[in-house]
Amino acid sequence: MSSLSRREFLRSSAMSGAGLVIAFHVPRRAEALLLAAGKKVPALPPPNAFLRIGADDSVTIVLAHSEMGQSIWTTLPMLVAEELECDWSKIRVENAPAAPPYFHTGFGAQMTGGSSTTWSEFDRYRKVGAMAREMLVRAAAQKWKVDPKKLKVEKGVILNGAERLSFGSVAEAAQALPPPTEVTLKPPSKWTVIGKPTRRLDSLAKITGKAEFGIDVKFPGLRTALVSRAPVFGATVKSFDASKAKAVPGVEAVVQVPSGVAVVASHFFAAQEGRDGLQVEWDLGPGREVDTTRLLASYRDLAQKPGAVALDKGNADAALGKAAKRLVAEYDFPYLAHAMMEPLNCTVKLDKERCEIWTGTQFQTGDQMAAAKITGLKPEQVSIHTTFLGGGFGRRANPNSDFVSEAVQVAKASGVPVKVVWTREDDMHGGYFRPMYVHRVETGLDAKGRPVAWKHTIVGQSILAGTPFASMVKNQIDETSVEGVVDSPYLDPIAAKKVMLHTPQGLVPVLWWRSVGNTHTAFAMESMVDELAHAAGKDPLAFRRALLAGKPRHLKLLELVAEKGGWGSPAPAGVGRGLAVHASFGSIVAQLAEVRVDKDKRIRVQRVVCAVDCGTAVNPLSLEAQVQGSIAYGLGPTLSSALSIKEGEVQQGNFNDYKVLRMNEMPKVEVHIVPSTAKMGGIGEPATAPINAAVANAVFALTGQRLRSLPLTLA
Amino acid sequence: MKLVVNGKAVEVNPPEGMPLLWVLRDLLGLTGTKFGCGVAQCGACTVHLDGEAVRSCIVPVAAVGDRKITTIEGLSPDGSHPVQRAWTEVDVVQCGYCQSGQIMAAAALLAANPSPSDSDIDATMSGNLCRCGAYQRIREAVHRAAGLRAQR
Repeated sequence: MSSLSRREFLRSSAMSGAGLVIAFHVPRRAEALLLAAGKKVPALPPPNAFLRIGADDSVTIVLAHSEMGQSIWTTLPMLVAEELECDWSKIRVENAPAAPPYFHTGFGAQMTGGSSTTWSEFDRYRKVGAMAREMLVRAAAQKWKVDPKKLKVEKGVILNGAERLSFGSVAEAAQALPPPTEVTLKPPSKWTVIGKPTRRLDSLAKITGKAEFGIDVKFPGLRTALVSRAPVFGATVKSFDASKAKAVPGVEAVVQVPSGVAVVASHFFAAQEGRDGLQVEWDLGPGREVDTTRLLASYRDLAQKPGAVALDKGNADAALGKAAKRLVAEYDFPYLAHAMMEPLNCTVKLDKERCEIWTGTQFQTGDQMAAAKITGLKPEQVSIHTTFLGGGFGRRANPNSDFVSEAVQVAKASGVPVKVVWTREDDMHGGYFRPMYVHRVETGLDAKGRPVAWKHTIVGQSILAGTPFASMVKNQIDETSVEGVVDSPYLDPIAAKKVMLHTPQGLVPVLWWRSVGNTHTAFAMESMVDELAHAAGKDPLAFRRALLAGKPRHLKLLELVAEKGGWGSPAPAGVGRGLAVHASFGSIVAQLAEVRVDKDKRIRVQRVVCAVDCGTAVNPLSLEAQVQGSIAYGLGPTLSSALSIKEGEVQQGNFNDYKVLRMNEMPKVEVHIVPSTAKMGGIGEPATAPINAAVANAVFALTGQRLRSLPLTLA
Repeated sequence: MKLVVNGKAVEVNPPEGMPLLWVLRDLLGLTGTKFGCGVAQCGACTVHLDGEAVRSCIVPVAAVGDRKITTIEGLSPDGSHPVQRAWTEVDVVQCGYCQSGQIMAAAALLAANPSPSDSDIDATMSGNLCRCGAYQRIREAVHRAAGLRAQR
């Protein structure tokens, strides 16, 4: 039985005549945050609802999260449908406005990230469906004057023996009923929707070109702007000459904004031509000194010095001194761009009373606050129309709301409705990269080849520092820099261990990138464990088995990929196999990668066997797609993606020099979803984390070369 | 300037040098064709000129001449082209942004090569990036589409 408090559910009587509307109040945690901030908890006017059932039997489900490829456009409706028992073909989906009722149930803001949508909405969206079903059944029972318990529901129709009433025909009557104070959610044994491979509801729109992404927004009077931004991070405009830009037909205005100079035009091409003609003189400032080669050297120096302590148990230094065998290794990771297919863009229409924003964003609350601050409007005067996102990967969840703030500034300065579009080069040069990191790991084995000491120093910029989330940095430790090391199960059986962190400040803006800290920590952990196995003269699987003896879920996955990947038999000639297992975002993923090496020494990943334990798998079909895609996303930086900076300038600009995975490089990925009753975890990111290590370990098995620098390059 | 887009004659007045992509998107409102890189590196802007797949971001509209332009909006009225059907059946799309280009590239491939091998598919489709990494299902869907075409 799941009880529903008044706080959780408010019936909207104002909606009578519009069918049944199920609306939730602000999540408790968000309410507490609002009250703590001295803000009123808003009442719940329509359309702040999660579900509407129309007289035409339509079932409209409102998404509190953004669809960016992860399939929540389908998964969240599945949760509603499981309890509602509606006709799947009658479901319509729409994005929620930016408003507190849609705050993340765990994070206290409206946002999509951290692989959290499905687990965080698992109860809320099922309750929505259960409440609506209950009210519809009661309305039908009143009409028939029968006990509601005698009624059945099938595919959106309420059945009383041979009599039938569709949801739509009782929706208005249901709306007049008092809402249930508690609902009983189905036990897993009764699920018919959850766990069933289900095709996407946004497929048709996306295969016909009709799906609207932010970049596709159009309305009369809308202009397009391109912004000439700082050539090096932190540079400011000294002066500019717009005469050539203004001479371009279609260019209407050239305005200065905090991030640079915007060329506002009737269409993209004119804005681009105008920007090409714009002459801006910049005050470069210290940003011109940024050089990733020098930065890497300074990180390596830092890694040898004591840093802020994230974990300290036993005496790692003493244990290293006594170890029979010592290993020292440094792993390094470059800056990475997210490089979503849809370049950043944001459309803004501003007047004295309202600021309307159309964009694909992962962080509505932050963007709304940022726009309110710039315009002087109240947050509720800022509306955000969330579109489909042409990929997110973290870049569209910026605590600084960079691409939204800038568009608001351009609209404010130009006085016209405007869509700011970033070119691919703008996107690649614009910062908010996955930070560059160096890990230095010193380990020791005893005489029997068992690890007895682990000293690990990480160097890299903080993602959270300087953002509204800075309070999450505790004792100089940004959790996103050390996650995946401090909580690694490999450290459990090692008595003496120390993890330290250096957080150098930098001018390069950084941000979370699919799987965040695990993009580098999984590699360092799984590479070093592999190195230890070989140093101990043990089979890498057997060595891991011994370390993970207390972790049955990890072990099960590892055994599964080993079995399916043929670990027990010798690899065919020219093929190397490598293992990795890593937990992140509440889920565990094990991978076995098979690699070959081309004549030109290029690493080819031909097959990846992947096993996943994420608790309940709501939609195995989209889950498989997420795992395949996460591996493809991670293989880019494993094999080729990297950003370098010289004299302050990012050296890469487009897909010709920032190489990402292409179809001819896509391995055959086999996904095994392990049945699990464990607490539900996420699936958008966890399979990205271990792939770089699985590949590096396979390359070592094949070539004997231990590659510790990403992207992996053979000597 | 006269163009034939999705079977209809249209009149546009583009500025000199405007790529076909921006004529389609900004002058004709056909936003199904996407901007991804601007330099023919990603394939998101793929359309057909007389059935041949081209990167509309680097084709100056003046170079189109009397060739017939087909965009994703014109491939079928209702998503029933074999490639689109296969895409639905295999549940290919994720974020979906690259899919117009992927589908147009696959349709042109199948028109020229009705039963492509994996390496034929890789050779043609490697010019179309998908950052969601839907490649495995794209490959599967191209094979499925080949089967659907053969049944017609």
